[in-house]
Amino acid sequence: MDINTFIDNFAGQFDDTDRSVFTAETKFREIDEWSSLIALSIIAMVDEEYDVTLKGEDVKGAETIQDLFNTVQSKKQ
Amino acid sequence: MAFLSIKNVRIAGIAAGVPENIVSNLDLKSGDGAISENYSPEAFVELTGVKERRVSEKLCTSDLCFAAAERLIADLGWAKNEIDAVIFVSQTADYALPATACILQDRLGLSKETYAADVTLGCSGWVYGLSYALSLAQGGYLKKVLLCCGDAKRRAPQQMDPLFGCAGTATAIEYAPEATGSYDFHFGADGSGFDAIIIPDSGSRNQVKPESFAMHEFEGKQMHSMQTHMKGMDVFSFGITAAPKSVKKLAEHFGFDYQSYDYFLFHQANMKMNNMIVKKLKLDPAKVPSEMYNFGNTSSASIPLLMVTQIRDQINGRKTKIIGCGFGVGLSWGTVAFEEAIQISELVEVKDSEENYGYKL
Repeated sequence: MDINTFIDNFAGQFDDTDRSVFTAETKFREIDEWSSLIALSIIAMVDEEYDVTLKGEDVKGAETIQDLFNTVQSKKQ
Repeated sequence: MAFLSIKNVRIAGIAAGVPENIVSNLDLKSGDGAISENYSPEAFVELTGVKERRVSEKLCTSDLCFAAAERLIADLGWAKNEIDAVIFVSQTADYALPATACILQDRLGLSKETYAADVTLGCSGWVYGLSYALSLAQGGYLKKVLLCCGDAKRRAPQQMDPLFGCAGTATAIEYAPEATGSYDFHFGADGSGFDAIIIPDSGSRNQVKPESFAMHEFEGKQMHSMQTHMKGMDVFSFGITAAPKSVKKLAEHFGFDYQSYDYFLFHQANMKMNNMIVKKLKLDPAKVPSEMYNFGNTSSASIPLLMVTQIRDQINGRKTKIIGCGFGVGLSWGTVAFEEAIQISELVEVKDSEENYGYKL
């Protein structure tokens, strides 16, 4: 799994936030556009791209994009 | 491996009843307890796909099922004394006791020699209920079975979640030794997700107490403990994985190409979830009707309601290959594949009036 591709996929779920805003350290809940709707899109993206089923707690427990990446990676193994 | 194949039976007809009263979700206000303060009514409609719903404060699920069953029996020309069984699938029974199926036996004027039982399931309920009904009929002992499925008026006064609408359906099943096809099923359950959709109080685990009605915040909404608590993200990730997997497993087990089916009738959970399921199975959207816009999520009524409200003209009395898939509270899921010419009754709109209410203590 590649973190940069993951950040691309993550950023792709946002409509109004520029790609340059997103880094591995981005605290995604602090992004203005973040919403529970985008959380669902992230779950769908992870399911589609990585074949990993995230639970609500996985998303709620992650602070940065890196955290979520780590969760997906550990669930994939 | 919960696969099942049932022969020598058929679905003869399907009918559905809804309250006459229509409410629009665009009339809601964000933060008023019905929708989360994070959403505007417009955003809620866009996310869920639910604009209108049929709602009644008085009509119980069994009242809607009763109206549907009466229409179905009349349309099929069945004699009431020929009906051997009635099964009621719902999470909104008339009473905590007795079983609503027993009340329906008498109210419908069925014989006292009737097999009557309730099944407590929600979104997967029609598929599960169908397996009960067909299994009862396949031996030829019980020749005509009535399956009533739906959810309507809740157990406690509350502002109803705007995702959900009220509906009660009736499905007529009969012994058919001449039938050549089969009804093929796949089922699953995952109780580790028991709290993904739950009414915390009023079962015996957490008995009803005055505090059950204390309001608290849950996922951005104010609610009491007799209301359905839903963990949106968990339900979403469950739905988009369990439903497509179940369809694929069924096709693989019974060795058919699911793309060759005419219609895919998915439980109407919410638009975003259902669109994802369609995408994952690579289905032609024209084969996947939706009723969420006008009826919302109607629990175990959703699949038969699709046949009545969305594809009646296309399938009424015509041999059609159908896959039905229900998934949700439990967690529980089931998929059925069949080819049948079903008689579909017109939608029954039930008035909020005294003569339509069932047995009252």
